[in-house]
Amino acid sequence: MISTLGGFVLFLALGVTLYAAAASVLGARAGREDWLASSRNAVLAHFCLVTLAIFLLEYALITSDFSLRYVANTSTRGSLTRYKIAGLWGSLEGSILLWEWLQALFAALVVARYSDRHRQLLPYAQAVLQGISAFFLLLMSFGANPFAPLFPIPPDGRGLNPLLEVTDMLIHPLLLYLGYVGFSVPFAFAMAGLITGRVSEEWLSITRRWTVVAWLFLTGGIFYGGWWSYRTLGWGGYWAWDPVENASFMPWLTGTAFIHSVMIQERKRMLKVWNLVLITLTFSLVIFGTFLTRSGILGSVHAFADGPVGTMFLAFLALVLFFSFGLVAYRADRLKGHGELDSIVSRESAFLLNNVVLVGICFTVFLGTIFPLLAEAIRGTKMSVGTPYFNRVSVPLGMALLLLMGIGPLIAWGRASLNNLKRNFLKPSLAALAGGAILAALGVRQAEVLAAFVFCFFVIGTIVFEFTVGTRTRAKTTGEGFLTAFATLLLKSRRRYGGLIVHLGVVVAIIGIAVSSVYKVEREQTLKPGESMRVGPYTVRFDGMAAGERPTHILVWANLMAFKDGKPLHELTPGQRFYPNQQSPFASVDARYHWNEDLYVILSAFERDGSSATFKVLINPMISWIWIGGGVILLGVIVVVLPERRLALLAIRAKAQVA
Amino acid sequence: MKGRKLKYLLAGGIVVAALAGMIYSGVKESMVYFYTPTELVQKKDSVRGKSLRVGGMVVDGSIRWDPQNLLLTFQLTDGQGTVFVRHKGTAPDLFKEGAGAVVEGAWTSEGYFRSNNIMAKHSEEYKPPAHPETLESKKELFKSILKEGKP
Repeated sequence: MISTLGGFVLFLALGVTLYAAAASVLGARAGREDWLASSRNAVLAHFCLVTLAIFLLEYALITSDFSLRYVANTSTRGSLTRYKIAGLWGSLEGSILLWEWLQALFAALVVARYSDRHRQLLPYAQAVLQGISAFFLLLMSFGANPFAPLFPIPPDGRGLNPLLEVTDMLIHPLLLYLGYVGFSVPFAFAMAGLITGRVSEEWLSITRRWTVVAWLFLTGGIFYGGWWSYRTLGWGGYWAWDPVENASFMPWLTGTAFIHSVMIQERKRMLKVWNLVLITLTFSLVIFGTFLTRSGILGSVHAFADGPVGTMFLAFLALVLFFSFGLVAYRADRLKGHGELDSIVSRESAFLLNNVVLVGICFTVFLGTIFPLLAEAIRGTKMSVGTPYFNRVSVPLGMALLLLMGIGPLIAWGRASLNNLKRNFLKPSLAALAGGAILAALGVRQAEVLAAFVFCFFVIGTIVFEFTVGTRTRAKTTGEGFLTAFATLLLKSRRRYGGLIVHLGVVVAIIGIAVSSVYKVEREQTLKPGESMRVGPYTVRFDGMAAGERPTHILVWANLMAFKDGKPLHELTPGQRFYPNQQSPFASVDARYHWNEDLYVILSAFERDGSSATFKVLINPMISWIWIGGGVILLGVIVVVLPERRLALLAIRAKAQVA
Repeated sequence: MKGRKLKYLLAGGIVVAALAGMIYSGVKESMVYFYTPTELVQKKDSVRGKSLRVGGMVVDGSIRWDPQNLLLTFQLTDGQGTVFVRHKGTAPDLFKEGAGAVVEGAWTSEGYFRSNNIMAKHSEEYKPPAHPETLESKKELFKSILKEGKP
């Protein structure tokens, strides 16, 4: 029943989305306002239909209707309701439905927001968005039907992997999908610009905020994924250069490059083709990443089972690339840039170099990810490159990026004079070198850590410099107090100062990454009850094993007491979770999280009678700086995208209060 | 004008060449071959000491764990060849007998594979268990340390 209904709703949605695409293109060509209005209604109807499909599937999930194969695969009767709901994105078919729903939502938002504006571009952008939706609906009709029936109906479902039955499962995938889908909006407007020949800066200014928000979600998703992995997957790490992680990192890199290069086009009318290429690449990499993870072509912890879906994604990717690069070639005559680089020492070229480095890192990651496929195709041997490859190439490139992050925002446009360089960079450089010297005197010897710190200090120096100079100038000219001047500065040029705050967040995260990976201490040892092990300044005493029943599993844990310098510090209870019908246990790690150092314990093995247990103890210095950096980035982006009017209101209210 | 274009091309060329060089050396340094146990048994003399990966099934009943020395030994097989593996430390969560695993390390002259990294493979295919378990039967396993209360 629900299977037929769901299939019918999706089929209807496909019809409506195709109609919406056709009506908007034909309406725009014929200049028929009524057709355009009808297509906009169809976009909204399409959104309603997909929403209905989501409700149907969620209803089946929550009521444990195992007549649907998908429900039997992703939930059990015993699961908590919130994990039954999360089953929607726990496996292939449902995640595609969720994706399509977000796609429909964004299309509806675009239509609702711009129905009376951007008359030339909107119909075509709308058609592109509907085309993407049509692909996902086709995918569900022919390869990955979330409403596929199951017979005979099993008494209970298989359920989500216990690893996924955590609150993080409710957040991390949604953030990533929002980021992925978000980039389709600037892509659609870019294509609309190419189709209509309006290749000026119009599409950029329409989609600027969409892009930044998409970038925020993607960044948030990546950070959150690392945080999740670190806290729960008992290996003490947050990033493993796994194909699926890389699949989210690649569009992030090109998306980041895009956010920067659009500023040059806005200011200098340069890099028109480059920006189109970047947004196309970003969108294509999203599709490519999905292909990697959904096709089962590369082994990965995140991979879904394979099927015809991989081929369909590959075909869609080919179509996207052909369509967009074909359009770029078709409009080549209109895409000539107006400006030229005046000098290598300028903001343009710093941004350009930043783009080259970001795309270079992206290419590196791409190559490393598909290396096993290349090796097999070209030489017939099975080979792969691991973490050392990625680190070896991305660390120096990341350093270059860090340096550019300090230079880019402050160097003059056009041609930077020696005076400009001296005025803006002398103090931050001196501060950075002084900071480096202090660290060296304190005993930091590793060259790469010192270099990373000097570069980080330099970037922080430039940011602090920019903020103080701006505030001081404003305070002097307007006579405002220092704090008021600072706040108005922030609000008046939110893009600039919000961007600098984002940079600050990145620097904080980089410090965390550098220090935690270089100074990590790891020790594994077997202890009998009463025995202790020493790790760095900590002593960890094992006080015995215990086990208890939980609603869905048996938890076995060890009671540990951590001491620092002889004083009791923290109780730790790392454990293992044993689920029925799962042969191997799942780790339940415990840690003392602290702003400058985490003491992280994994129970890696134990005797069933509790006579001994093996512990892996890690000291992760400054690892929380990574998450703090993520928070600062979020703050910066909020400053950038906050709506203008609301801010003005707030300012007026604040003034009224002061008066 | 021409001179300037040349300058940019040159600068771009240097950047691209540097990137290519870094990628090339990175690949060369960290490339590891992937062998099946059969292939390793055939080639073991020629690959001794080289960093490689071996993937196969963990042989039933072959896992030995020495907690005092943190030494894990087991056998990997692909149905034909079988390789003895010694690993210092514990294995990841999904590592178990009868399941797939990939080990990274090198073949030693003592006739075993010294692993420094185990990557367990999670099988996505779902087979319903022959004897469905309940929470009670899991509980039975840990009855000697079972108690109430929170960790």
